[in-house]
Amino acid sequence: MRYVLIGIAMGAFMVVALAGFRGDISRKPPLEVFADMDRQPKLRPMEPNAFFKNGLSSQPLVKGTVGRSEPLVTASGEKVYPFQTNHAVNKGYTIADEATNFVSIPLPVTMGFLERGRERFGISCVPCHGAQGDGNGIVGKFGFSGIRDLHGETALKLSDGALFKIISEGQKSSPTEAGMMGYASNIDIADRWAIVAYVRALQLSRLGNAKKDNVPTRFLIPEKAPEAKKEGTQ
Amino acid sequence: MSNVFPKWTNRLPLIALVGGLVTGACVIAGATYYFTPKYSRVGYQPVQPVSFSHEIHAGQLGLDCRYCHNGVEKSWFSNIPAAETCMRCHNSVLKDDPRLQPIRDAFENDKPIKWVQVHKTPDYVYFNHSVHVNRGVSCVKCHGRVDQMDEVKHAKPLSMAFCLDCHRSPHEHVRPQSEVFNLGWEPGEDWVAERDGAALVNKMKLRTSESCSACHR
Repeated sequence: MRYVLIGIAMGAFMVVALAGFRGDISRKPPLEVFADMDRQPKLRPMEPNAFFKNGLSSQPLVKGTVGRSEPLVTASGEKVYPFQTNHAVNKGYTIADEATNFVSIPLPVTMGFLERGRERFGISCVPCHGAQGDGNGIVGKFGFSGIRDLHGETALKLSDGALFKIISEGQKSSPTEAGMMGYASNIDIADRWAIVAYVRALQLSRLGNAKKDNVPTRFLIPEKAPEAKKEGTQ
Repeated sequence: MSNVFPKWTNRLPLIALVGGLVTGACVIAGATYYFTPKYSRVGYQPVQPVSFSHEIHAGQLGLDCRYCHNGVEKSWFSNIPAAETCMRCHNSVLKDDPRLQPIRDAFENDKPIKWVQVHKTPDYVYFNHSVHVNRGVSCVKCHGRVDQMDEVKHAKPLSMAFCLDCHRSPHEHVRPQSEVFNLGWEPGEDWVAERDGAALVNKMKLRTSESCSACHR
């Protein structure tokens, strides 16, 4: 009987020695027995795939692909589709005037829109520009310089469309520095406008003591409708 | 014709029974412990082509998950960021670091980096990221504290039982929508799952979704 118990103990010891415990670090992928249903011959995103010449399952868009999705409805009721790439709503400016004819926020600015802008600002902008938008984001501690203060005069005087263009296409802070790269591929068009609206609200929050003459007119609150403080009067 | 079988053979049925039971118990114990994703998947930590640290980026820098995985709220899968996303910062931070050479190559040549996928559900499971993160199920529920992992490892079993735990009693697992991407969020002391969790389930109209076709088609 004793030998039997010793035998069992030794067997268990050997199994544990060979197989280890749950949660042990393993560099090898999990073993899949009969993986024919687990791994079917179908496309999964961002995986290698031998079917295509470039070996990608997620193929880059064919040149000339027309993006299809729900249109954005502007404040004036116009429907703008993403494939209208030269439309002012999608670019921030009308292309006719060599990228200088900026538009103000074309989408209806509501409280929900501003909240959305705050959320998106928190995701994509705060690491550099800081939660207050003063350019004191955390990356400043890691050798980043030249981050714009969104409360600075330059940023204040930018029109909504110009802000949108910088978010979309980026901007070099100086010829020698890398500057900010565009976020067009990461942030949706509507969300970029929401960020613009939120940045406007942020800027407005610090203009309380500013002299009226120094404040761009778009920040001046109309006497009649004080709650409509987000209306761009570009 | 006596003594054909020695006397000890009288105990043979007992020995066989006990031996069988003990062997069976050992096999069952071993299989229960080892033949499950809790053993086979948890702890998988592949070597990645770039030693990207979530602990630095999501933990110390506090980047939101969606800074890089920007499609997770809209798409069924959570995208690996494009090299462009890395280069937004690394064109000036560590811009000559040899560890980041694969990123720069990928960015310049438009070739993907061959990251190794850690969390891989079987192909017959149709897990949808956007459905979950937009309904109060946090990243941390399936991926663990990625913001504390220098190298990402498979932290949760992601077995069917694991999914069903939540699908059977969502009120114990959901959190306020604003805290979904806050991996460190813990319910406060005044949080009662039966009341607060259930209220969220009610508000977001979550159904328990226990039917097979919820996940398999």
